Amino acid sequence: MRSKHSIILIAAAIFLTLFAFGCKKEAPPPPPPPPPPPPEAPAPTVSITAEPSSIERGKAARLTWSSTNAASAEMNQGIGAVATSGNREVFPTRSTEYTITVKNADGKSASASATVTVRAPPPPPPPPPPKPDLSEAFSDANIQDALFDYDKSDLRPDAQNVLRANGTAIKALLGDYPEAAFLLEGHCDERGTTEYNLALGDRRATAAMEFLVNLGVPASKLSKVSLGEERPVCTDEDESCYQRNRRAHLRLR
Amino acid sequence: MRDHWIRAVALVAAVACPSAAQQPDAVIVLSDEQRDPRIALPEIRGPISSASAVDRFNDEVWKALEASGRLDIVPRSFYPRSAPRRPEDIQVDTKKMPKDPGARGLWLGGWAETPVIARYLVYGQIEDADGRLALQGYVADVSQESVEASYIFGKRYYSEANAVGARGMAFDFARDILKNLGLGEGLAGTRIYYVHRDEGDDRKEIWVMDYDGRNKQRITNYRSLCLTPAISPDGRRIAFTTFVEGVPEIYVHSLETGRRLQFYNQDASLNTTPSFAPDNSAIYFASSASGRSQIYRADPDGGNLRRVSYSRSLDVHPAVNPKTGAQIAFVSGASGMPQVYLMDSEGANRRRISGGGGDAVQPAWDPSGERLAFAWTRGYELGNYNIFLVDVASKRYTQLTHSRGRNDHPSFSPSGTHIVFASDRMGSTQIWSMRADGTQLRQLTSRGLNESPVWATR
Repeated sequence: MRSKHSIILIAAAIFLTLFAFGCKKEAPPPPPPPPPPPPEAPAPTVSITAEPSSIERGKAARLTWSSTNAASAEMNQGIGAVATSGNREVFPTRSTEYTITVKNADGKSASASATVTVRAPPPPPPPPPPKPDLSEAFSDANIQDALFDYDKSDLRPDAQNVLRANGTAIKALLGDYPEAAFLLEGHCDERGTTEYNLALGDRRATAAMEFLVNLGVPASKLSKVSLGEERPVCTDEDESCYQRNRRAHLRLR
Repeated sequence: MRDHWIRAVALVAAVACPSAAQQPDAVIVLSDEQRDPRIALPEIRGPISSASAVDRFNDEVWKALEASGRLDIVPRSFYPRSAPRRPEDIQVDTKKMPKDPGARGLWLGGWAETPVIARYLVYGQIEDADGRLALQGYVADVSQESVEASYIFGKRYYSEANAVGARGMAFDFARDILKNLGLGEGLAGTRIYYVHRDEGDDRKEIWVMDYDGRNKQRITNYRSLCLTPAISPDGRRIAFTTFVEGVPEIYVHSLETGRRLQFYNQDASLNTTPSFAPDNSAIYFASSASGRSQIYRADPDGGNLRRVSYSRSLDVHPAVNPKTGAQIAFVSGASGMPQVYLMDSEGANRRRISGGGGDAVQPAWDPSGERLAFAWTRGYELGNYNIFLVDVASKRYTQLTHSRGRNDHPSFSPSGTHIVFASDRMGSTQIWSMRADGTQLRQLTSRGLNESPVWATR
């Protein structure tokens, strides 16, 4: 009953309204109903992940994406067209946001992004403390001259002690510098003569070399030369200078 | 003549003191009472156009004869005013000889008698020969009466008309004068090889100079140490020790081309002190191939190597007897301090020749192969060597230098009349020459350091 009254009321209201406005013309016919819209393609969706999302520079991350209702897919960062679902490895050199855009058949699009964070590689492990130059290491080894009596080439006790220390030092050096090699120079004081001192200096170098070899220094690492009286370390005419010149001197070859 | 006289003294000493033969400490002191023959050497005239070359010629002849140590040259102030130029100029009529000594130049007696009192007269003349110089030179024995009897020799020489040519011609003439007088070949034309180091430098090179110290020239240019030069008896090769390749080894050079010749050095830390055999067929040297320096022999190219000495001591510095080739003098530490030893060329008959005590080193034969000069510290501190002479047969020795410094490395002139050696008597080590009796000292070098002289025929 109530509805009957309402319909009547509404109809009356419409009538009255039309009446109130006068009748300029006849009321147009109602527009035709719009054509029914074509059936719409469903909207696309897309999602993307990066695994791992954080890499060291130079390492790879894998992007994995999937979509629904997509007809095509495109990746930014110069990658271009990709499958609508898939994965690929990327090697970004700095932190990069990868955006994939998918479109459905209607051109409707959807996007998703994943960011790969690039970490600087860890600093190289601190270099081991630099190995000193061989010649520096040699001069640090505190090598001493083995000294001789006039006209003699046998090794006095003090010369043997010096050579023992020298032998220990150069064996240690050979551990660090397997390429090292050494020269034993035999020298004489100026009071002999050129000729005999060449022979005597040779004998002194030989005596020192044999001693070092007996201490375990490889003979292949040692060579010798006599310099006779040609290369004095001092030229004073006194015994302390003569003594310094009567020597077997070890140097790097 | 001098050699005979020395031998005579040695013989007298041996007879007077029979035990002396086994007594190496017997020292003969030589005094110089022997008179050299007196010779007159008036200036030889030549073309005015070449006056300076002619002056140079006269100067060099004088010096060469003087340096021979075999002649007593009469000073020119005693000479007559003129001299013959050709044998035809000589006047034989002694009755016509002027009383005035200054006017007697064309008479043999004018040179034989007071005030000149010469035995020999050198004369001649130099002429222009198409721009060169031609010398016709003569020597006369003025004790003779006839021109024919007085004639000793005459010879024609040519040279370029400059100082170098005149010097060479003077050397040739002086050598012929000495040879024709039976006085050996003298020194002119001989050369001395030695080791030179510049002041403040540490390199040593081999140099050569004329007998009188002139014309110094460098032989090697290795910018290294070059030591112990030895010259082959034919004068064509030099052998020496050099450090060019690190360790001391022997290099041989041609003195004619200056090029290095092949010499194989055996594998050793030391190859040194070369010495040529008199026929140039072998080189003796010291090598440490066995672990210590010993004496070896090889062909001139180093092939056919043979060890000569077998000792437990250091043997070094061989010197082959230049007469026989059969004896090797060398230095050995067999008895403690180095001493001079002898052995035969196969290494047998080792025996000590120096007297022991001090260092006795650097043996050098005289050309006769009968005496050795060597350096010895006997009577002096270590390092203060003096030159001694030892007669090999008798083992008697003579001290030739008596200097408190260092006098070492003696080497005889090819004629045996002189010895060259190194001495620091004036401060730095320099090269000196002297007569083989220790007189007539001359300093031949003065710049840098100079040592290890060897006297060669050319």
